[in-house]
Amino acid sequence: MADEQRRSGPGGRSGRGRERGGDKAAGQRRPLFRRRKVCKFCTDKIDYIDYKDVRMLTPFVPDRGKILPRRISGVCAPHQRKLQTAIKRARQLALIPYFAD
Amino acid sequence: MNKSRQYELVYVLAPETSEQAAAELHGQVEATVARFGGALEKTDNWGRRKLAYPIGPHREGIYVLDVVAGSGELMKELERRLRVNEQVVRYLVVRVDEELRAAERARARRKADVKPRVLRATGTAEEPGEATVNEAGGNEPEESEA
Repeated sequence: MADEQRRSGPGGRSGRGRERGGDKAAGQRRPLFRRRKVCKFCTDKIDYIDYKDVRMLTPFVPDRGKILPRRISGVCAPHQRKLQTAIKRARQLALIPYFAD
Repeated sequence: MNKSRQYELVYVLAPETSEQAAAELHGQVEATVARFGGALEKTDNWGRRKLAYPIGPHREGIYVLDVVAGSGELMKELERRLRVNEQVVRYLVVRVDEELRAAERARARRKADVKPRVLRATGTAEEPGEATVNEAGGNEPEESEA
């Protein structure tokens, strides 16, 4: 039983490998395709990130209450810096939680 | 005299604060601003809001936003008064004139930037952005008709 399971494991992996090869031959599709993230504030042309605008900030503060990192949200560095201060100000006014669980 | 600066003052009152007390505090703010030669540009009462986290015994608060033009000394005095007042649960003073001016500048720069970018994009034809799409949109239908 255990041997079979072990065998099936690598078998599955090699199968995936074959698929990958097929994809490469068919086109330029990469095995891990990631959508290119664009800064929300750049595309929406928002120059001033207002700490009073809770609806604008909440997408960048997940349930946990932490500030969403740039690598996930795709926000550009200058805007992330502004977003950061805006979130921190909103937190002081209890508009946004410091933490939540 | 000091250069006038623009500040945003937000304070949160305890939910059980009577309207009379809130009006009184607002009057105090107005008087202080006037005494220091500032100007109260805007007042906005957001009303009762749920707090994102409890502050002391409170779960709700009455939010008031004042936009004040004045000196740093004025804001210092306002902060002192808000600190002393027991109805005030939380307050925040932020200087906004510089950031708003920077935002204004960015907007102006973008407006001025639009045309050069179109020219660059059509010249190199490297980026199939909005600019080139617009250019192509003007040309292609004519060709198809001809």
